[in-house]
Amino acid sequence: MAIVRIPTPLRRLTKEQDEVNSGASNVNDLIQDLEDQFPGIKDKICEDDGSIRKFINIYINDEDIRFLEGPETNIKEDDTISIIPAIAGGI
Amino acid sequence: MSFVTCLKCIDCSPACEFEKQALYVCDDCFGPLEPSYDYERIKEELTIDKISKRPKNMWRYKELLPIDNEPTVGMNTGFTPLIKANNLAEVLGVKNLYIKNDGVNFPSLSFKDRVVAVALSKAIELGFDTVGCASTGNLANSVAAHSASAKLNSFIFIPSNLEEAKILGTSIYGKNVIGVNGNYDEVNRLCTEVIGSNKWGFVNINLRTYYAEGSKTVGYEIAEQLGWKAPKNIVVCMASGSLLTKIYKSINELVDLGLVEDNQTKIYGAQASGCSPISTAVKNGWETFKPVKPDTIAKSLAIGNPADGLNAINLLNDINSYSEDVSDDEIVSAMKLLAETEGIFTETAGGVTLGCTIKMLENGKINKDEDLVLVITGNGLKTQDPLVNNIKKPFIINPKLDEFNKIKY
Repeated sequence: MAIVRIPTPLRRLTKEQDEVNSGASNVNDLIQDLEDQFPGIKDKICEDDGSIRKFINIYINDEDIRFLEGPETNIKEDDTISIIPAIAGGI
Repeated sequence: MSFVTCLKCIDCSPACEFEKQALYVCDDCFGPLEPSYDYERIKEELTIDKISKRPKNMWRYKELLPIDNEPTVGMNTGFTPLIKANNLAEVLGVKNLYIKNDGVNFPSLSFKDRVVAVALSKAIELGFDTVGCASTGNLANSVAAHSASAKLNSFIFIPSNLEEAKILGTSIYGKNVIGVNGNYDEVNRLCTEVIGSNKWGFVNINLRTYYAEGSKTVGYEIAEQLGWKAPKNIVVCMASGSLLTKIYKSINELVDLGLVEDNQTKIYGAQASGCSPISTAVKNGWETFKPVKPDTIAKSLAIGNPADGLNAINLLNDINSYSEDVSDDEIVSAMKLLAETEGIFTETAGGVTLGCTIKMLENGKINKDEDLVLVITGNGLKTQDPLVNNIKKPFIINPKLDEFNKIKY
């Protein structure tokens, strides 16, 4: 199972767990799997049309999925996925 | 004395409101938060006369900064010189040119001293005893220096390949410095995960809502130093894009408060070509940016995934403004030009600002006949590496008069 790191603002939906597991095979499936495990979370990660919100970045093993294949990017069993608010950092 | 009523999401409509706390993104959409001020009360309280009687530091505009009590950090920060740059103006063919020189800010020689002063004053109000940051260097210097004098613990995360001067200029203050093998975006991501497991105040993450407001003091000072007049054009370098949006906001606040007349101020962005997600989006008319992997000598601007990139792009498009980018060679040439004409040694980021200004004057985006202010954000003593092979070497002679007389200049 891949490990998914949950950012602070979403932890109230994951019962304060900072890491959860998922057997999803790509990012789209991962978001649906998270929704099945933690109802309401998809609404926070995605816009109404299902696209990932502009203020959320998703990384697979340290690589921004926008440098990979976006929501279609495949996920392997030993991957670590991070969901990070885009607003953090820099000036 | 607080004039901040709540924190508001700038992306939701209607805006979500939150209580004042160490919160940096909207619960609903992850959009950025901004303090919301009671401008009616500020209008009654804040007058030019009142400001001019206060000490010459950034806190003379404290009503417009997001703290609830008297400031405790940065009592000597800000009010850096605004220089009428006649020599450079002549070279560029510009009528009235000014340099706002934050390369001589206190205590750590960059504009970051302003934002950190606000963030740490707020951190103390919120009860944090440990603060931290992810930094490309200048922020690290400033958090280390300010947290030393404020007697706060600090953890400072930097990319391990930073300029030696910026590492030394952080480590000297005796704080915890962590060099991470990765670029800024990776350091930053690590820090968001560190916050999750520690109750610390990270100035540019969970204190960011307050921290970013400190940049407004650059704009207030420029207007005051011009004799309470809003400039026509301002050029600012961009890393995350926050400085640009906050300076623009500051001028509009002064107009709305009736402290300056509206001069239809325009603000222009500047990036290094090796890391120009915002400029590339603006130049191509894109609504959003594509993140990039930075490769530039302007390391203080090397943020490939800019947090306020969207805001900056929206602003530049809304006001029909522009943004440029310059190569590493152009950056070095501009650094030399500023030093040779005005005696100001800026860091690479300042070379980006001047280099892009030259381009925008040449391509007609900036009108040479209108007042122009360049914001210089950091000091050249910190980024000497790229200059080593680009600067004339000294003449080496023995202590003999005839050897001196034989030198061909």
